[in-house]
Amino acid sequence: MTTTTKGKFGKYGGQFVPETLMTALKELEEAYDQAKEDPTFINELQYYLKDYVGRENPLFYAEQLTKKLNGPKIYLKREDLNHTGAHKINNALGQVLLAKRMGKKKVVAETGAGQHGVATATVCALFDLECVVFMGREDVKRQELNVFRMELLGATVVPVDSGSATLKDACNEALRYWVANVEDTHYILGSALGPHPFPTIVRDLQRVIGDETRRQILDKENRLPDAVVACVGGGSNAIGMFTPFIEDSEVKMYGVEAAGKGIQSGEHAAALAELKEGVLHGCYMYLMQDDHGMVQEAVSISAGLDYPGVGPEHCHLKDLGRVQYSSATDEEAIEGFKLLSRTEGIIPALESSHAIAYAAKLAKEMSEDEIMVICLSGRGDKDVAQVKELLGGNVHA
Amino acid sequence: MRKSLQQTIENRTLSEKAIIPYIMAGDGGFDRTLTAIKLLQESGATALELGIPFSDPVADGPIIEAAGIRALRSGVNITNTLSFLQANKDAIKIPIIIMTYLNPIFNMGVASFVKQAIAANVKGLIIPDMPIEEKELISAHLENTDLALIQLVSLTSSESRIAQIADQSEGFLYAVTLNGTTGSTATGDEQLQNHLRKVKSLSKIPVLAGFGIHDRHTAEIISQNIDGVIVGSAFVQALHEGNEEFIHTFFKNKVKLF
Repeated sequence: MTTTTKGKFGKYGGQFVPETLMTALKELEEAYDQAKEDPTFINELQYYLKDYVGRENPLFYAEQLTKKLNGPKIYLKREDLNHTGAHKINNALGQVLLAKRMGKKKVVAETGAGQHGVATATVCALFDLECVVFMGREDVKRQELNVFRMELLGATVVPVDSGSATLKDACNEALRYWVANVEDTHYILGSALGPHPFPTIVRDLQRVIGDETRRQILDKENRLPDAVVACVGGGSNAIGMFTPFIEDSEVKMYGVEAAGKGIQSGEHAAALAELKEGVLHGCYMYLMQDDHGMVQEAVSISAGLDYPGVGPEHCHLKDLGRVQYSSATDEEAIEGFKLLSRTEGIIPALESSHAIAYAAKLAKEMSEDEIMVICLSGRGDKDVAQVKELLGGNVHA
Repeated sequence: MRKSLQQTIENRTLSEKAIIPYIMAGDGGFDRTLTAIKLLQESGATALELGIPFSDPVADGPIIEAAGIRALRSGVNITNTLSFLQANKDAIKIPIIIMTYLNPIFNMGVASFVKQAIAANVKGLIIPDMPIEEKELISAHLENTDLALIQLVSLTSSESRIAQIADQSEGFLYAVTLNGTTGSTATGDEQLQNHLRKVKSLSKIPVLAGFGIHDRHTAEIISQNIDGVIVGSAFVQALHEGNEEFIHTFFKNKVKLF
């Protein structure tokens, strides 16, 4: 495959969008290239990351979990302690500063579970920008409280009825809205996905996770970890965590997708388990699709992992073999959710629970003189009601 | 390479504007699609844009998306659409232009798609999620064929970019008349006319405008300074509702040169 486009990771990525958006993407690329070299922008971002988001957040030694699993020494990167409760704010904050710099008046975003929508609504409130969030009708029902949160923050939440009425369809509507309002609107894409330059911008804004982790583990252990584990939907927390370790060949990295009801059932969200290549939302990537190229519905207990594709850089890292990708089922995620709650007194997001579940398995293959870091991408408060319902109100179920 | 679709449109524009209706393949069944194609070609359509449904049609508005969902539910796909065209190629007299998104083509395999499209006498291809930066994926397979890869320019394209896209487009240049999806409403105001005049002046090949042209009146206004129009949602809706009258009215008097 030969193309001249920038923003490719191996053969993945690109800019598969209607012509109307090409000028906006070029404008964004230029604005970002300037901003990332501009001390004013960097300082502003640092200031808000520290005093508003609450960074740096801890790398916590999970002693009880370590004992329980009887394997490597386990550390948790506490993205759950960020303002708004997940890593999503790192990206939303950086992009809203970019939008402001570009003189945009409005922001549009898509959201699945609502975490990215909440993060975007939050930073729009902070910087007084108009904010429109598209959310699938099904997700609006599943995540009522997050809808109310966004509205409280001043955002307009638009339910999407087309297609499967979930995240993928919210992305379609957000893209359509951006096409129609491109002159004064910035699209804050929530994951390391979509057309160039989004996968690069989102990765750069999320690599603060990995940068801090690297510094913190060197400080605490005077060496790098043997294993780093993160959950992968679109893959923004994972790419942010992995990026600073990519050159360190001694650090093994594990991305955990959502296996839903099991890969064999066909009802899952693990695009890297099927390895079909395709194009959706501006990006060439591994994409779940049927025999005629129709994009399939992703299925997962976790609305934040419920996306049929996966970020282009992950596709490339998969092909290179640098990162091992596997998956955890809904059931395993629930176990991970309970495990961390009971051992460490930390209720993880269902997304992050997939990483916990896989880490528990991986720990069995590792020895006690090894070190593992798990990216705890978000907190589970938003998921408590859903898990309660799933367990029939009985935590021992 | 100059493709025959361009010739068709140029011949046509000697005396009148080109009108290219868009319809969704298999919406209401392939029999109905064939009836519609015959009706449109008898009515005076210059060529026909045939949509092949995709699960995530981001360039399309609600009317075409709904038609796509109807078609998908009844089992329409890229393979049986091409078979339909091949089986009826003698009955279809006007050039067929396929409009679909990249993924279905990619899924089928570009080489295989091109081979079958040529066998089915398809003359043009419009892929709304493939800007010129990515067109090599498809165009590499179209050399020495008569299948024209039609490119789109938008209201947001800069002058230099319009010129660049016009140079790379085949058959005709598709000028999108609004920032938005298909089926919104184009105004035909002076700003748009200036834009279309500019596009026309930068293009060596015919320029047709589309997106948001709902009726004959708008078609006449918008085609004043260019070679013709593409009309989608309005025809899709009329065919879905069985409103043949709309089609007759639209074509009653062909749009004359101003």
